[in-house]
Amino acid sequence: MIIPIFVTTIFKSMLLSILAGLFVAVGLIFIGKFIKNKWAAVSLTALPLGLFIYFLNYIPQIASGEIIYQKISWIPSFGVDLSFQLDGLSLLFSLMITGVGTLVFAYTSAYLKGHEYLDRFYAYLSMFMAAMLGLVLSDNLISLFVFWELTSISSFYLIGFNNTSEASRKSALTALGITGIGGLFLLAGALLLGSITDSYSIAEMLQNKDFLLQHEFYILAVIFIFGAAFTKSAQFPFHFWLPGAMKAPTPVSTYLHSATMVKAGIYLLLRFSPILGSTEFWNTTLILVGAVTMLYSAFHLLFRTDLKGILAYSTIAALGILVFLIGLGTQEAIIAALVFIVVHALYKASLFLITGIIDHETGTRDITKLAGLRKVLMPVAIAGFIAALISGGVPPSIGFVGKDLIYEATLGMPTNAILLTVIAIVTNILLFYAGFVAGVKPFTGKLPETYEKVHLPSWLMWFPPLLMVSAGMVFGIFPQLLESAFVGPATSSLVNDSEGFHLKLWHGFNTILGLSAITLVVGLLLYFILKPTHRLENFINKLEVISPKSILFFLTNGFEDFSKGWTNFFQNGYLRHYIATIVGFLVVALAFIIFSNFDLSLDVSSFSELTTYEIAIAIMMIGAVIFTVFTNSRLAAVASMGVVGFAFCLLFLFYSAPDLAMTQFSVDTLTVILFVLVLYRLPKYLHLSKNVLRLEHGILSLAFGSLITILVLKVLQEDQNSEITNFYAENSYLLAKGKNVVNVILVDFRGVDTLVEISVLIVAALGVFSLLKLRLKTRDKK
Amino acid sequence: MKTIILRTASDFLLPVLLLFSLFILLRGHYLPGGGFIGGLVAAIAFVLDAFANGLKNTKTLLKIHPGFLMPVGLSLAFVSAVTPLFFDLPLMTGLWASEPIPVIGNLGSALFFDTGVYLVVIGASLTIIFTISEAA
Amino acid sequence: MEILLAVITGLLYAAGIYMMLRRSLVKLILGIILLGNGVNLLIFLLGRITKGKPPIIPEEAKVFQEIYADPVPQALILTAIVISFGLQAFAIILVKRTYKVLGTDDLDQLNTTDEDS
Repeated sequence: MIIPIFVTTIFKSMLLSILAGLFVAVGLIFIGKFIKNKWAAVSLTALPLGLFIYFLNYIPQIASGEIIYQKISWIPSFGVDLSFQLDGLSLLFSLMITGVGTLVFAYTSAYLKGHEYLDRFYAYLSMFMAAMLGLVLSDNLISLFVFWELTSISSFYLIGFNNTSEASRKSALTALGITGIGGLFLLAGALLLGSITDSYSIAEMLQNKDFLLQHEFYILAVIFIFGAAFTKSAQFPFHFWLPGAMKAPTPVSTYLHSATMVKAGIYLLLRFSPILGSTEFWNTTLILVGAVTMLYSAFHLLFRTDLKGILAYSTIAALGILVFLIGLGTQEAIIAALVFIVVHALYKASLFLITGIIDHETGTRDITKLAGLRKVLMPVAIAGFIAALISGGVPPSIGFVGKDLIYEATLGMPTNAILLTVIAIVTNILLFYAGFVAGVKPFTGKLPETYEKVHLPSWLMWFPPLLMVSAGMVFGIFPQLLESAFVGPATSSLVNDSEGFHLKLWHGFNTILGLSAITLVVGLLLYFILKPTHRLENFINKLEVISPKSILFFLTNGFEDFSKGWTNFFQNGYLRHYIATIVGFLVVALAFIIFSNFDLSLDVSSFSELTTYEIAIAIMMIGAVIFTVFTNSRLAAVASMGVVGFAFCLLFLFYSAPDLAMTQFSVDTLTVILFVLVLYRLPKYLHLSKNVLRLEHGILSLAFGSLITILVLKVLQEDQNSEITNFYAENSYLLAKGKNVVNVILVDFRGVDTLVEISVLIVAALGVFSLLKLRLKTRDKK
Repeated sequence: MKTIILRTASDFLLPVLLLFSLFILLRGHYLPGGGFIGGLVAAIAFVLDAFANGLKNTKTLLKIHPGFLMPVGLSLAFVSAVTPLFFDLPLMTGLWASEPIPVIGNLGSALFFDTGVYLVVIGASLTIIFTISEAA
Repeated sequence: MEILLAVITGLLYAAGIYMMLRRSLVKLILGIILLGNGVNLLIFLLGRITKGKPPIIPEEAKVFQEIYADPVPQALILTAIVISFGLQAFAIILVKRTYKVLGTDDLDQLNTTDEDS
């Protein structure tokens, strides 16, 4: 009965909504080749659309303050569960992920129509969407980490989708590297928080908030969470992967940079702000990083001529604003952040999609070349204009509401209100400029002759941006719609007391309206005065040398060179270097251990006495070994090796090992025969090494030999553990009916070993056989 | 190496050494000896014969390529190792005939295993030596 | 006697390592054989040496009546000897083959897997 229960749990659960994307991704491996057909590709849009509707259904429930919590035990012993929590914040993000996802899925079917790897693209996209949903729905920090990494990995595939282009591969790798480092930060933070609060559940961490804030590792935990969020959300100085990721196909940029990937860091910060926030460290760091990021990238976008480049930097600036707002931490600021997330998703996704259409139809994204396209791409031009209005915060769009909230938040700060407001205004002016350059400029002016043949693409491409900007306008005119459905529930999951605050389009004539007006006027002026040129772009590119990107690449290249040199030093292909290194290390290690607890005394009482025979054998052996080493004749060396072998034979005989003596005798005979047979086919000895090297090696080997001698003598002083020996000896006859214990061990007690051993022998014989009988290839005969 | 003395001696030495190797194999369970040593002695016997009478003659004497002894021996050892499994006993359990047999003494699966070892050792050593002396 | 055997073990190790550090392939093989012998002796010694008491149960008895040599290291060494025979044969042929194909036995010239070095 376990299985049906399990199945029903699955079907009821949010897990299915996450897994759906993964199932589709896996399914596409098998049915991928059939979706090349356009309508089949469109039908894939059913996946995000279905999920979007699924999450929409939750709105009334969540808006009434309910939190849906589902838990599936995964690794209970480590406290790792698949537990999912759907509250206002998760719902807001889920709707954004699936909503924008739906439009991107539809858009892609036209944008990449007939692409060779369309199926692959959809699979990556589904996988990415599933990972994002998992991320925002997870309540367990460990599973959140897993999904976090999954987004990094699937975004790697998406960014590097044009895998034949080196730039594309490189930027995918950079993105993976940066966000991957962030993932490690998250893991560290998760483990630390888990060990402090004794639970990985975010909901339970919220209960332990006071304890956490007092804890000595609080700062460290916050740093880890920041490390994760800043890398993912492209905050300075980790921002550079984001412009690089523009190498991806436009639908990817749209999806990753407007609503999902980069917002994951924001989500993390928002999620943790009730838990870790409201301390000075938290607030100051976020404000500082956010302010630097937004100003840095806002100024950067002035110098860009590539449409996607402008959008990339304005995205970073928007992310900076979000971090900045979370840093302010007041109720107004959090609400402003949530509204701005929606606003940004709407207009940025639209602008990206519009840029994609322009690129798709004209073949260029260079803003200095594009003009007058409204004549040929009318619906797109309308969408672009409205998107620019939202982006610039022009009433009555939702952007206006969002911008007002930001100013309200900064003005409401008890300290530095003026400075913070100025920063926000400057950034907003520049974002206004960016929105107009991307959304309006390509459509105004005189249409160049080259673009007269441009025609409107499939409605699947221009309808999605139009839909989004319409939503932006509707929300602007009826802000309570946005509030009751999305922002309100999300706020209530972050702020304790969210009553008495309502989104409004019109606040009356006050300071904030004045600031908005300043923003609009200056932004418009900037748009008309400043014309993006290549000269400016080249100028800023010269400063790249000191950017964080160059510094990081310098470091990684240095590391690469260092490891290359290190490897070449040790793995140089000279066998004797390896042996010398290994032996040298052993000598040092052994010497250290032996001499660190050195005990000179040697108890010889237990040792057996010397007899003349033994001395004779020992002398024979020592002489033969030395002769083998120093003789210049191969035959003499082989002969003296034989002597060593026979001396061994005698030794075994003396010391009660008749079996060994017989084996050694036979093997020695065969070995000598073997050597004699091939000796004259073998190369002559050459005096190859320098004498200094010989001396060096001699000293090394002698040191090793002496240490072995000392080691043996030391061990002989110790008591012997003869448990195994006694077992074999006592049971040899009783259990195995044999009296020669050695043989019984070989064929009975340890018979499987012997079986393997004779197999090895066979392999060796076959090896010899095939090496010699193998015909030399013509190439080898040279 | 083809002296008359060696050649004449090897005519006797080969059967004697082979017999000796069998003797060593059989008594291995009770006294020094066993499959490894027996196999090596038998291999030496053939190598000696090859030195005296030439490799070709030894090969004709052997009739089959010594390499074939290897799989035969390995399967013998393997079968005697897994046979106990059919009697619901663990791998490699010694199975013994109830009555002792003259000369050999108790007959058990260990002897078959040792015989397998014996054959593999002969096969492997002879394959190595013969291949090398042919190629040399 | 143990002291003397310990010294011989050390000598075999030293000789083996020294030969392996030479550039000639033949010496490398001789070094491996010497080192193998050293290891055998080491194992043998660590099982303690006993004179004239092979680990064979007397005919009339079913268990040992008096002290006996340790059979475990003996069984280990016995397999080691036979295996090392296979190893030696294979190594020798490998050297021979290498020499024939590449025309050198200087290990310093064999430090790359590339075809043309």
